[in-house]
Amino acid sequence: MLYFIEQCLNGVQLGMLLFLLAAGLTLIFGIMDLVNLAHGSLYMIGAYFAASFTAETGSFVVGIGLALLATLLVGIVLEIIAIRPLYGRDHLDHVLATFGLLIFFNELVRLFWGPEGRTIPLSSEMLTAVQVLPGVYYPLYRLIIILATLTVAALLYFVVMRTRLGMLIRAGASNREVVGALGVNIKLLYTLVFGLGAALAGFAGMIQAPISYVQIGMGENILILAFVVIIIGGIGSIRGAFVAALMVGLIDTIGRAFLPDLVRLFVSYSAGSSAGPALSSMIIYALMAAVLIFRPEGLFPAKK
Amino acid sequence: MTSRLNIRNCVIVVLLLALALVPVYAALSGNTFPMSFSAGVIIQAMAAVSLNLIMGFGGMVSFGHAAYLGIGGYVVGILAKEGVGSGLVQWPLALVLSGLFALSVGALSLRTRGIYFIMITLAFTQMLYYVANALDRYGGDDGLTIQRRSEFGLVDLSSRTIFYYLCLALLLVTVYVVWRLVNSRFGLVIQGARSNDRRMNAIGFPTFHYKLVCFVIAGVICGLSGVLLANHTSFISPALMHWTRSGDLIVMTVLGGMGSVFGPVFGAVAFLMLEQILPPLIRPMASLFTIATGIDVSRAPEYWQILLGPLFLLVVLFARGGIDGVLAGMRRG
Repeated sequence: MLYFIEQCLNGVQLGMLLFLLAAGLTLIFGIMDLVNLAHGSLYMIGAYFAASFTAETGSFVVGIGLALLATLLVGIVLEIIAIRPLYGRDHLDHVLATFGLLIFFNELVRLFWGPEGRTIPLSSEMLTAVQVLPGVYYPLYRLIIILATLTVAALLYFVVMRTRLGMLIRAGASNREVVGALGVNIKLLYTLVFGLGAALAGFAGMIQAPISYVQIGMGENILILAFVVIIIGGIGSIRGAFVAALMVGLIDTIGRAFLPDLVRLFVSYSAGSSAGPALSSMIIYALMAAVLIFRPEGLFPAKK
Repeated sequence: MTSRLNIRNCVIVVLLLALALVPVYAALSGNTFPMSFSAGVIIQAMAAVSLNLIMGFGGMVSFGHAAYLGIGGYVVGILAKEGVGSGLVQWPLALVLSGLFALSVGALSLRTRGIYFIMITLAFTQMLYYVANALDRYGGDDGLTIQRRSEFGLVDLSSRTIFYYLCLALLLVTVYVVWRLVNSRFGLVIQGARSNDRRMNAIGFPTFHYKLVCFVIAGVICGLSGVLLANHTSFISPALMHWTRSGDLIVMTVLGGMGSVFGPVFGAVAFLMLEQILPPLIRPMASLFTIATGIDVSRAPEYWQILLGPLFLLVVLFARGGIDGVLAGMRRG
């Protein structure tokens, strides 16, 4: 039972991480109608920035602050130079162009940071386990990740639901043309949304960096999971992204933790070890396929 | 594919001649790398041609086409490991399984369209990718080395030259079959459904069935490409089905030009050649830069992909219709 609670917390942590990526992705998709395969690159770049700035300044918090600004800047420049000409084009063109950007960023990182990965060391207090419930211990840093991402999610909810900018963003997600026709500076809005998405993706990379390895291509697999999240949640829907991210995070983590034992009831021990994680990944994609077949607009459609 | 003499057709002929002469060059020079490299190009061109059938002509953008490379490859690999070396068993089984997979994926996916179709095809391929990862007996995520190429009695595929010409012949057959297909009544219905599905249905064509058949044909062709790939590299791993692999196939197809049957062949050649050509191109530029500015950029050639990415972007923005479109445009002058 205690193990189960711990795994649930891990699932929530992964889910929140996915939410940070998916929130930007779903906004960019919903508002600009842009399929952005390079979103995972911003996750990677954020992590590299954080690693460098932390090493320079000696403080992880300052490092994250600087890296956040840097990623925001990269996002805005990227939007102005490369993304802007893609609006209104075919989704296939988006796939090709942003796939090119993904390759470009991988090489850019290799050029600046070299082929070998980075780690961000954590102080020992961060790694100690704290008691979250009677008898349940959980590493402090992972707890901080959950709290930090929840705070960001709340902040994002506030911005999108309670501010003028958020109103424009929501309006843009449901009808772009009308928003433009009403005299809103759509170009600026797009740049801001892209920058915001970039910063969120970068933030996800930064806070995940200390507990996983910072390396080239780290954004690629998580990007696909983020796409799964926004499809399940409904394109353009922040709320949908939140719920779907938690679902995917929990299924993945709990599946990984418990399916191997379940599978081992039927097959050999070692076969169970590799079949378990594969099975839980498959469940996620099966879920997405089911959503697409029976509710193509997602669980929480943004429009209407 | 017209019989007229124009730049595009000349380029096609030169390209095919060059591909046909590669083994001769290899035999004369004793350097087998160009032959092994070209075989890879030919096999992947075949996969791209099959993707183009559904994507370029049918408007079905599959982001999971690498699944069939995996199925073809794994059937060969698994059977070889279990002691079934005969190509007469391996190849038909691979094609049948590819077809069945395409049938089930297509039956479910073709109910959706646009980005949802892109994502659902990706989803099914990801599932297969994880299945391959779980196959402990066949290497799991490390992959599996194939000891022997498929055996065909008299025809000895272990000869590099014979294998090379077999691949080239199969590519030509594929291009011909796809060309016949898109110009047939069947192909016209498919293309009609791409432009306006509802109208095609209204005039009495059950487009769903047409598209499904088209999807299965493309899957089978790509499965064959997977069989060849496994025989070529003598190695299979889940990476065959990674989503970036499907992305590569889309890139080759769009880069080459979706408007024509031969376009993806250009795309595959260009995509894989750039990898060989860009570093030597960058090298003299980097030396000049170093001499002019004193800044050492001698390692720049290693980072050739940094040019490749923006190149895709430029193709998307300025060269719609890809390489084939550019070549066809020259004819009009």
